[in-house]
Amino acid sequence: MADDLLKPDELLARTDHRPPATGWMDTPVNIRKGMYCYAANPKSVEYLSLPYARQWNPVEDDWKLPENWKQIIFEGIRDRLDRFRSFKIFMDICVRCGACADKCHFFIGTGDPKNMPVLRAELLRSIYRNDFTTAGKIFGKVAGARPMTAEVLKEWWYYFFQCTECRRCSVFCPYGIDTAEITIIARELLNLLGLNIDWIATPVANCFRTGNHLGIQPHAFKDMLEFFVDDLEEITGIRVEPSFNRKGADILFITPSGDVFADPGTYTCMGYMLLFHYLREKYGFDITWSTYASEGGNFGFFTSHETMKRLNSKMYAEAKRLGVKWILGGECGHMWRVIHQYMDTMNGPADFLEEPVSPITGTKFENARGTKMVHLSEFTADLIKHGKLELDPSRNDNLKVTFHDSCNPARGMGLLDEPRYVIKNVCKHFYEMPPNTIRENTFCCGSGSGLNAGENMELRLSGGLPRANAVKYVHEKHGVNMLACVCAIDRAVLPPLMDYWVPGVDVTGLTELVANALILPGEKERETNLRGEPLPGMEE
Amino acid sequence: MNAKYMFSLVAVIVLFLLAYAGVEGAGLHVLFGILIPYAAIAVFTVGFVWRIVNWAQSPVPFRIPTTCGQQKSLTWISPAAIDNPATNGAVVIRMILEILLFRSLFRNLKFHFNEGNRFSYIWEKWLWLGALAFHWAFLAVVIRHLRFFAEPVPFWVQWVEQLDSFFRVEFFTDFLQIGLPGIFLSGLVLLAAAVYLLLRRIIIPQVKYISLAADFFPLFLIIGIALSGIAMRYFLKEDIVGIKEFTMGLVTFHPSIPANVSGIFYVHLFFVSVLLAYFPFSKLMHLGGIFMSPTRNLANNSRTQRHVNIWNYPVKVHTYEEYEEEFREKMIEAGLPVEKEL
Repeated sequence: MADDLLKPDELLARTDHRPPATGWMDTPVNIRKGMYCYAANPKSVEYLSLPYARQWNPVEDDWKLPENWKQIIFEGIRDRLDRFRSFKIFMDICVRCGACADKCHFFIGTGDPKNMPVLRAELLRSIYRNDFTTAGKIFGKVAGARPMTAEVLKEWWYYFFQCTECRRCSVFCPYGIDTAEITIIARELLNLLGLNIDWIATPVANCFRTGNHLGIQPHAFKDMLEFFVDDLEEITGIRVEPSFNRKGADILFITPSGDVFADPGTYTCMGYMLLFHYLREKYGFDITWSTYASEGGNFGFFTSHETMKRLNSKMYAEAKRLGVKWILGGECGHMWRVIHQYMDTMNGPADFLEEPVSPITGTKFENARGTKMVHLSEFTADLIKHGKLELDPSRNDNLKVTFHDSCNPARGMGLLDEPRYVIKNVCKHFYEMPPNTIRENTFCCGSGSGLNAGENMELRLSGGLPRANAVKYVHEKHGVNMLACVCAIDRAVLPPLMDYWVPGVDVTGLTELVANALILPGEKERETNLRGEPLPGMEE
Repeated sequence: MNAKYMFSLVAVIVLFLLAYAGVEGAGLHVLFGILIPYAAIAVFTVGFVWRIVNWAQSPVPFRIPTTCGQQKSLTWISPAAIDNPATNGAVVIRMILEILLFRSLFRNLKFHFNEGNRFSYIWEKWLWLGALAFHWAFLAVVIRHLRFFAEPVPFWVQWVEQLDSFFRVEFFTDFLQIGLPGIFLSGLVLLAAAVYLLLRRIIIPQVKYISLAADFFPLFLIIGIALSGIAMRYFLKEDIVGIKEFTMGLVTFHPSIPANVSGIFYVHLFFVSVLLAYFPFSKLMHLGGIFMSPTRNLANNSRTQRHVNIWNYPVKVHTYEEYEEEFREKMIEAGLPVEKEL
């Protein structure tokens, strides 16, 4: 974490929710250190054949925009109005009732009025009115219109990369206006001018080339998982044998690459491997990993619809090449929004796959019969319900667990009770955070949608404040010391968030908890959990 | 900030003066009584239809409902059938709740930053109540006014009138008589709710900050409509029979100007005309837009049924062959299966 970061109390004391004296159109954007991400590396932009790859710096005056940039934006808006009813309607029907204003974690955490969802949208709406509506053309500023300028463009860039597309505001909007949708379109427009952030552009380029955001090449990917094999052997006495790119496997497994790379996601990854091994030994479960489709997440989603499709295409392509029956997806947030709400439409139909059936319980996953992709929590919950997993929840007795609903599975899918059912079966101490901060009301980690960089740490900690504050509540009330989640970005970003606001709370994926409790056939007496920490009763 | 609502207030006052002076001073009864109302109706109808058609022309490429509850997945997990609808039938119920009862606004949670860095999110029902009162009262007022445009008056209009006047207030003095004619609750509720909606835009700092002149204008206009209506009914006691003859004349395209009707009537009519003509070009189109909002009017069934995007186009992808081509040597060395040996 950056050294010059404010202390939690200082950050809180500085957060003022009173709007400034000047109107928002007359308040120029101040691109502030700690709140923005670095500009995209031109090599990454170029690799994806996206336009206007160049070196530029957000804090410099000259963004080296193409000569006709206003024309590009104008045509970009027009084109998207014609292609997205959502965009057109959301531009037109907002009444500015303000119900969304205090729903945004960034507004709560920063107090910046342009982080109110309604104002974030108005940044774009004001230009739309000016260029595309009669009222805006006639009445100008009175009708909430303003002309496009370089200042406005910078404001767009700053604030549309301060939205994590979490959709919380959309839950409360009486017309369902979804700021995520507006941000997605706005980022598409910015990308027309080469104005991406590097934390998105480079992972996307990596993913396009190597199959995963981190740029792990196939042999290294295998190495990394085999490293976990050794760790698991040490912990359990059992050597698991993951298979890669194996044709003829029943099921293809795809999970975010973050899980193979950084703690504590790695423990979740080890959990997957242990679970699959257990199922293979007991029931002959047949699953393969892929190095080509080695990324569940999709930072293309944070670039443009087209880029999302380009990256997502690998899932079905690989499933087809390997000849599997269906696909099982690991724990990730936006990955599941893409799979659930976009994949079949973009890259389907998946008529070369079979309707997913659990080979162990015989359960037909009716809800995935079109897409042919099942969420690991759905799969595991079904296993537990049918008594197919031998579990010793007391191995998690040292943990007091709460569950963080990730935005996308919560508000873009509705995966709420499956993970809870799993947790309650593998842990004895589970406490919910206050009801207004979970399920469809859940608060974002503050770092989603590609904003989990290092240089914008102040933004991340501010945006994560409402989530952290709810964790703090159960931490103080029930002694909660473990925050469970089903999202790889959460696993990467919640630990620093907890360290900052709620020290003493760790972060875990769901399957790590499952694997800790799982009694493997032929395992040695387990003394430690997957983290190498002593199990309850084994402390000495 | 004052400029925004002052601008709208002044605009409405100017409109008032235009109509009042136009009729009382310049005798422009035909303009304000016949020509403008016809024009307004035409603009409203054509404009409204045009907006809806224009929206409908843009496709819905992706199925993006905002899910507000448990999905339908495993049979033994009970889904939130309405807030996360899996079928079109459930979507209809979700939409009915949204449109008639403002379901989403009902959820409203107000954020409080309390002592000791404690946050709370408290159920905030006033905006929901105010909005509900405003819209339902407006609907009742509109339905009641249908009595002026139909002969005989439809039974359901009479029902609404009876329902609306169940609460009888009678207050008689030499100067002021209230209770004859009977009080319609809807008009008063409409006025009160509109004033509430206006005040929150002026008083709550954040709402004030986001409000545009375009947010104040319709409120002032509607308050003007309500005030002029209430004035005519309870204080000026306009000639209802004359007005009905006039409105029936408009409906049957044989318009004629009534004899004993004051300038306030023309103000009322002009305000309504302005509101109608303004409607299609403003945020008031949320009336039509809510029916077409893709985050609300779609079932969350995109993993079960394929949603087709009519403009879906092929994109440049990085194929497995290209991938293996680049990494074949390393893959073989690592013992990964390949399609083509070296």
